[in-house]
This record gives sequence, C-alpha cells and structure tokens, in this order.
Amino acid sequence: MIRLDRITLRAGTFHLRELSLEIPAGSHTVLMGRTGSGKTTLLEGICGLRPVLTGSVRIGGRDVTHLPPGERGIGLVPQDGALFDHLTVRQHLGFALEVRGWSAERREARVRELADWLHLGPLLERLPAGLSGGERQRVALGRALSFEPAVLCLDEPLSALDDETRQGILGLLSGLRSRAAITTLHITHNRSEAEQLADRILHLRDGRLES
Amino acid sequence: MSPRGRDRRFLGAMAVLGGTYVVLLVAMVAADLLYTTPGHLWRALGSPEIRYAIRLSLLSCTLTTLLSLWVAVPIGYLLSRFDFPGRPLLDALLDIPIVLPPLVIGLSLLILFQTAPLRALERVFPVTYAVPSVILAQFMVACAFAVRTMRNTFAQINPRQEQVALTLGCSRSQAFWRVVLPSAKSGVLTAATLAWARALGEFGPILVFSGATRLKTEVLPTTVFLELSVGRLEAAVAVSLLMMASAVVALLLVRSWGGGGLPGPGGGGVG
Repeated sequence: MIRLDRITLRAGTFHLRELSLEIPAGSHTVLMGRTGSGKTTLLEGICGLRPVLTGSVRIGGRDVTHLPPGERGIGLVPQDGALFDHLTVRQHLGFALEVRGWSAERREARVRELADWLHLGPLLERLPAGLSGGERQRVALGRALSFEPAVLCLDEPLSALDDETRQGILGLLSGLRSRAAITTLHITHNRSEAEQLADRILHLRDGRLES
Repeated sequence: MSPRGRDRRFLGAMAVLGGTYVVLLVAMVAADLLYTTPGHLWRALGSPEIRYAIRLSLLSCTLTTLLSLWVAVPIGYLLSRFDFPGRPLLDALLDIPIVLPPLVIGLSLLILFQTAPLRALERVFPVTYAVPSVILAQFMVACAFAVRTMRNTFAQINPRQEQVALTLGCSRSQAFWRVVLPSAKSGVLTAATLAWARALGEFGPILVFSGATRLKTEVLPTTVFLELSVGRLEAAVAVSLLMMASAVVALLLVRSWGGGGLPGPGGGGVG
C-alpha cells in the first residue's frame, strides 16, 4: 500500500500542496492529468527523487519519507526507459541485483526468469543502441522489477510506442498482476490504456486529486 | 533572374566568403610545408635542446591533462547536476582562463607566487622558473577547456538514468561510477585531448611564469620563440610543423570521439 499524508512538493516555481492519497496493496492505479499538472513531480516525491517538504510517504506501513530512493522498494520505469547506454540487456536485468549483493547464481537465475517472461532471451547481449522502442521498454520494465520491489511506478512508459508494440507491453503489464503482488502507480495520457489496466483512475487537476 | 538562379548566387556568395578563410588556412600550412625539408626536420629533431623540449612538452602536457581531468570531472558534474547559491558566478569564474590573455595568467601566477605563503613553499619546492611552473601555467589554461567540455558532457546525459540507478539501490557515488561516468567516456576522452592539445600550444603564461631557459623550462612553443629570436627560421618552422601535426591528430581524435558539439544544460519538467 502507498499512503501519502498531506505531502508538499516543489519543482522550480511549481508546487503540489498538502496532497493525500491511499493506493491499496496489489492494485493498479492510473494517474492522469494535463501536461504540467505535476504527475511526474508526485511520482518523483514517492520514489524519493524529490524532497518531500511537508507530510509523509508510507509504503506498506513503513514511513519512507526520508529514506533514500534505493531503500524504498520502488521500481521505476521512466517515459524514455532511461537505459544505461554502456550496459547490455543482461547487465541491465542484473544491475540492481549486483548492487544489492545477490550471488552470481541467484542473479543469473533471476535474469533468465525475467528474460523468458519479457521475451528478451535472444537480446541479452545487445546494447540499448541495438534495441527497438518496445524492446527498450521491456528491458526498463525488467530492470525495475528485477529486485522484486513492492511498488512499481510507471511514468508514461508506452507513450512513444506504436499501437502493436503498445498492445504487447499492455499484455505484459496485465499479466504482471498474476505473477507478483505488486502495487502499481501508472501515469498516462491514454484513456484506453488506463481503462484496460486500472483498478482505479485518478486525475490530478489544479494540484488536487480527483477520482 | 529566376528564383533558382538567385538561390545559386546566394549560395555561391556564401561559399566564396567562407572559402576565403579555408584557402588562407590551407595556404598557411602549405607554405610551412614548402619552406622546410625533411633534412631540416631531422636536423631539428637531432638537436639536444629540441629533444629536451619535446620530452618536457610530452611530460608536462600529460601531467596537465591528468590534473585537468581530476578537477574537471567533479566540477563539470556538480555544475551540470545541482543548483546551488553562486553557481552562475562560479560558472563565469571558470571561463576566465578562456577569455583572459594568456600573458596575464602568467603574470598573475608570478604575482601569486610572490605572496608570503607561496614564497615559503618555494623554499622547499621550487616552482617559479622551474618545471612545475610549466605544468601549473599549462594547467591554469587547459583545465578551463576540460571543465567546459565535462560540464556539457554531463549536461547531455539524461539525469533520469542516474535517478533510476538510485531507485535500483545505488548510492549517489555508485550511480556516478556505474552509470554517469561510463556514459561520459567519450566526453572524458574529448576533454583530455583538448586539454593536452591546449597545453601543448601554451606559450604566454610559460614565458612569464617559467622563463625561456634552454634545457630547463623549454617546451615546444618556447623552442619556436627561441629559434626565431636567433634567426634559425628553418628550425622554428620544423618545430611548428611538429606541433601542427600533433594538433591535427588531437583534432581528429576529438572528432572521432564525438566531442564536436557543446550543447547547453538539460532541464526537467513537472509532468
């Protein structure tokens, strides 16, 4: 569960003030709103990438307001994937596991599992420069899920994809719920994408959240 | 005149205006090449003074490059990633060696080393008019170019990559070493090459701060100056050609590492 209690965030001169929100454990919540409404700012606040000025962020009952991003148990898939140019697909899938000190055998087993699920097996030795848009987003998704986080944050992950590729990744995201008990917060502009995946759709409008 | 003819005339005029500079550049190099002979070049390379200048230039430029990277990587990273009080001022300050006349940098270093603490240091570790002064004079100018290159390199790297690394469990320093620095590899190579090439051509600050003593503080530009001053034009041109060749190799390396552009800093949105 994600619980925001009257949090205030700032991005330059833009503010989100005293925002409260509760996302049930295991649910897929979609957050919509106009460009500049503060969706990404809110996501960054939850992930620990932007300081929370007031209020608290709780994940699974634990206060994470002042924890560094890596200790919050959140996987992030940004809009452009933000893959690491110098690492292969295999290294991406094992990155968090290596940082977290998993053994080589455990790491390899997890990389294989993710590669099978995301159909990345034949691409494991490729660099991001050799991947299509859909493949890049599948790698970004696998990287975010590799360390089995409690929460998955998706920031418009399908916005730059063609319809066919988008449907493929939508299928993966739908299937994710049956594979892992994960709470998902998903930002999108696409209503059909939201309706296909969401348990709940929220709108961020004038700094307020509306259902 | 037809629109197509007008376009041709316009483009032709642009090519003629721009081409003047290119022709001058090529003519300059060609004149140097025609003035000297392989014999001059061999004789120059055989001279103990010039051999010393080549050795000192290679050593001082390499040390200057390493020192420049040591400083430019952290400053470039901090300037491109963080907003802090006085950042615009610091940014402008770091450009001073680029716009300042090189001679003034040499003079300022000389004055600095006349202050009491640095005079005390010189009693233990001589700097002025010794080899360390050559390295310091080169460093003061070359480092500014390395800083500028690294700042633009880091600004080009999507900050989201680093943020994702943080969510994956990296500390800030792990994200830097594992994600940011490897992505900046070509920028680091470009900064190193620019610093090296810049240091190789530095003369003004070295003349003032290190002097032009043969077999002591003589680097290649000093050789050109000294050979000219005694009327040995052939030797001066031969050494100039050596420096020109080094500069061309450096330029080709920078181009091959993709360090041609100097874009501005990136920014984030609120979504």
